[in-house]
Amino acid sequence: MKPWKLHIICLFIVCFSCENETIEQYIATPSPLEIPKLFKDNILAPIIPVDNPQTEQGVTLGKKLFFDPILSIDNSISCADCHAPENAFSDSDRFSDGVDGIFGNRNSMPLFNLAWNYDEKFFWDGNTFSLEHQAFVPVSDPIEMKSSWVNVEQKLQQDPEYPNLFEQAFGTSKIDSTLITKAIAQFERTLISSNSKFDKFLLGETTLTNQELNGFNIFMDEARGDCFHCHGSDKNPLWTDNIFHNNGLDETFSDLGLGAVTGDPADNGKFKSPSLRNLAFTAPYMHDGRFATLEEVINHYSEGLKNSSTIDPLMKKVSEGGVNLSENDKTDLKAFLLSLSDYEFINDSNFKQE
Amino acid sequence: MKKITPIFLIFLLSIISCSEDNDDNVSQITTTFNFSHNWDGTPVTNSDFNAIKFTNANGEQLSIERLRYLVSKITFTTNNAEKLVLNGYNLVDVTNNQNLSFSSSTLIPIGSYSDVTFTFGFNNEDNSGNYEDLNSTSWFVPAMLGGGYHYMQFDGKFLNTSDTEQGFNYHAIRAADNPGDNPTFPQDTFFNVSLGEVIISNNATFNIEMNIAEWFKNPNTWDLNVLNQMLMPNSDAQIMMFENGQNVFSLKSIDQ
Repeated sequence: MKPWKLHIICLFIVCFSCENETIEQYIATPSPLEIPKLFKDNILAPIIPVDNPQTEQGVTLGKKLFFDPILSIDNSISCADCHAPENAFSDSDRFSDGVDGIFGNRNSMPLFNLAWNYDEKFFWDGNTFSLEHQAFVPVSDPIEMKSSWVNVEQKLQQDPEYPNLFEQAFGTSKIDSTLITKAIAQFERTLISSNSKFDKFLLGETTLTNQELNGFNIFMDEARGDCFHCHGSDKNPLWTDNIFHNNGLDETFSDLGLGAVTGDPADNGKFKSPSLRNLAFTAPYMHDGRFATLEEVINHYSEGLKNSSTIDPLMKKVSEGGVNLSENDKTDLKAFLLSLSDYEFINDSNFKQE
Repeated sequence: MKKITPIFLIFLLSIISCSEDNDDNVSQITTTFNFSHNWDGTPVTNSDFNAIKFTNANGEQLSIERLRYLVSKITFTTNNAEKLVLNGYNLVDVTNNQNLSFSSSTLIPIGSYSDVTFTFGFNNEDNSGNYEDLNSTSWFVPAMLGGGYHYMQFDGKFLNTSDTEQGFNYHAIRAADNPGDNPTFPQDTFFNVSLGEVIISNNATFNIEMNIAEWFKNPNTWDLNVLNQMLMPNSDAQIMMFENGQNVFSLKSIDQ
């Protein structure tokens, strides 16, 4: 062999020796979220954990788990029992009862647009970080599904279908709690609500009534509704800031909310602002479901505010109970709020049990 | 010379040409802007929030519960009047202890500058843009008031004349009149803050102070019993904020 040929061969060996060895790894079919136009145009991208990308098989498995009572200790209730699709994945009951018929003390939160909760603090008091970790909680909660993760893993492992579905979703048929919650979180991230009448108005696809338009103006008027500081706007289609506020419900607190999580008395009585999307389906309202109707909610902000040390300074005219909206303004505000309800979302077959 | 020699020369040249020349950036430096806060000289951080512990020029005792503000268009003006504008803007969030330090991707040549300035809020052109990050953190201003974005959200409570805690929302925006489809704008209420002449010889950190008490002090002694909430549609109040803001910021030091 001529010397220059030897040089070239050595060079190739040196170059290729740097390349990582290929390790065979199962990858399910990617299924990225379809981002609605108003979201894409106006707000930051959704949060998708790098270790739990959206896949077709993962979402399919998550959906099956979401609707399957196998997660509860006696196979009696599923996630959907307290998060019903027709209620925008909330519960029409003020409090939800678990496997033993014991009721919790907070209203079930609706589930949609969860991937845009940028701080990833979940539950009314933000006690859990990340959607995956959120899904851990109800399964073993003694007044909810009252199961144990070991028990759930065993039941799923012995099921004729699940091992194969986990194999397809995650490349392993060995089922554990981490993969279970990953699958559920993938399904929950697909619950995107973006087709309300108001969305269509912003997209130029429909018109609003004068009542709805006036209601929107009240919503955006700092001297009247001043809802936009906490509840989004035409620039933020989430219709929530996903932040915790004391909105003047009580003078003293039987439920400390965020304060019990942080230990900071300045956080007592603070709860997450819920999205105003889908109010037509998510009654009752507030963290404890105390208001059965939207009229009661609007009356609260208009003349029912109660002062306390941690009430948010954004609450206006607290000494007068609120901004005292006229009856016409209340009616119009309600009409606007209902225009944020997304009937396509609650009727979407992709989100219903098959 | 054998053919192999040119091949190797080309190969070596291609490798060497990929490396960065060390003298390329020798005259370009990075800048960092740190924002700290005080109340007439007493340092203020978010650990001081949520307690009535400050007294304003009008004698009202007050607390701070939320403080965040927008800084944009950081500009270095050369001695030849050339303006070098740093990319980006910064939403200083004192409440959550976020973005108290801002470093732009823009490099600045070492040298002497006749002035360094930044804009409190957005100028009118920037204010007409659409910013995903600011929308996501509820920083927008209603279209009926001209749209755009807040310059500052400063919320807290004060002891009113009845000695009762009452909320205030000192929200600075572009002053607007005639709220609705066609609001009018009596005057600009963003403002430029001058940090003065600087000589840059190395990577530089500008330490900027906000004296929060100044918002209530000069030239308008702010009476929270009169001006406390619903100030966004109040163009007179916005202009007073603009006037009081002129002496709020100062350059504490430059580290280089």
